[in-house]
Amino acid sequence: MANVAPISSMAPRSSAAAPILVVDDIVKRFETPDGTVTAVDHISFDVAPGEFLAVIGPSGCGKSTLFNIIGGLTDGYSGRVAVAGETVKGPHAAIGMVFQEESTFPWRTVTENVAFPLEIAGLPKPQRIERAQHFIDLVGLTGFERRYPAELSGGMRQRVAIARTLASEPKILLMDEPFGALDEQTRLLLGDKVLAIQDQLKQTCLLITHNITEAVQLADRVLVMTYRPGTVKRIVAIELPRPRSSEIVSSDAFGRYVAQIWGDLREEASRGMRDDEQHIAERAP
Amino acid sequence: MNRARRTFLPFALGFGALVVFILALEALIRAGLINRFIVPLPSQIAGAFGRVIVEEDIPHRFLVTAREALWAALLLLLVGVGIGVLLYRVRLLREATETWVAALASAPTVLMYPLFLVIFGRSETTIIMMGFVAGVPAVILKVIEGLASTRPVLINVGRSFKLTELQLFWKILFPAALPTIFVGLRLGMIFALINIVGVEFLINFGGLGQLINDLAERYDLPGTYAAICFVILVSVVFFFLTDRIERWLRPVD
Repeated sequence: MANVAPISSMAPRSSAAAPILVVDDIVKRFETPDGTVTAVDHISFDVAPGEFLAVIGPSGCGKSTLFNIIGGLTDGYSGRVAVAGETVKGPHAAIGMVFQEESTFPWRTVTENVAFPLEIAGLPKPQRIERAQHFIDLVGLTGFERRYPAELSGGMRQRVAIARTLASEPKILLMDEPFGALDEQTRLLLGDKVLAIQDQLKQTCLLITHNITEAVQLADRVLVMTYRPGTVKRIVAIELPRPRSSEIVSSDAFGRYVAQIWGDLREEASRGMRDDEQHIAERAP
Repeated sequence: MNRARRTFLPFALGFGALVVFILALEALIRAGLINRFIVPLPSQIAGAFGRVIVEEDIPHRFLVTAREALWAALLLLLVGVGIGVLLYRVRLLREATETWVAALASAPTVLMYPLFLVIFGRSETTIIMMGFVAGVPAVILKVIEGLASTRPVLINVGRSFKLTELQLFWKILFPAALPTIFVGLRLGMIFALINIVGVEFLINFGGLGQLINDLAERYDLPGTYAAICFVILVSVVFFFLTDRIERWLRPVD
């Protein structure tokens, strides 16, 4: 049974291998009618090849802003995002994004959805169908190739979205609360699926989430963000054995990690809640 | 079995209601509660079908009106969808003209027929253009609505895969907007067909509209109503075709 690592050992840097993703001193501000809001404030961390990093924080801490910055969908920030030493400006083929909202194309079958990035890359049809099938099998959707998203459950649709992103063979799989809209049991089981895929592909993953259980279940390290402005509060190394499965949630070590991260998050989430209440009170008639 | 029942029941109910309505109308007219010189007996209308088809050369007139409607549909597709896409892409143009297009959608454009007569003469072109003018605002507005309401996450998926602007349009925006665009095309076709038959009637030229005018002037009410049924048939044919094309382009929603 693994123990919770002492706080002093919680390094902000990944392991000795050269990082594949470097996020360096990112600051992002938004102009709002109430003035300038700093969403993300001097955030730095890096991710080693094959590592699974989870970024966790309360609502409004700038998690999604960070997701969009790393994915290249947001500009107008200071700092640097680099993949394998190359500074990223705009969307990058090395980063595959999985979104929180339902993002499958309803007019395409499962195979056509998964083959989408291969179609864009100009791969001939027989080859892209063959490649797509590999990723469909990987996410456990064999037999549903000709179905349309409307015929699938929410969890299956998210697996299609993950398979579609994996089909582009990104160096980093960047996910923004991909199971956020699903129930807890489905979420745990899909977590198993993600763990198996990561294990098989040795895929580097960066997961944005607000779910502590999910973060501890999946990640090698968990980066805890503060409430607005979003900064790095702490990085917790999750030294639970791999390969893992959802059964690990019943272990003592798992519980201690969850308790420790909740200890950090509770204060931030409370600040967020107070802030929200104050805003509503100010706007009340 | 269950599925067959689900599709058969609404059809049976709809068809049954129509039969009941026709029978009730027949009974009310025969009972003298409805003036038979204003509303002819349904049985007389049914009897007039054969006569109208043979004596008034319905197949030819049907084809003339259908041809005009087809040309108007093609213009709606090319120009209406084209302008809709342009206004969606150029925000300034959209903001400058959207209100005017919406105003045009509710304007009684059929009253503009003398102007079109001056420009295009008493010809099929006038009829086609009148149909097009009536239908095009609905198509433009629905194309803009469809493209603008594409879920941002789908566009972000495209951006994350580094799609070019053209790929983003053809691979994501257009298919996402297709159901709304087809609603626009169907609406546009309804307005176009009303104007086409209306202008045929007004300028006494062309297909079924002219026939309705002739029969009405002869006070052949059963024949007039029978001819109106063929106008409905043109509409049904176009709805069937657009439905097939939409299913082919976008099989499941």
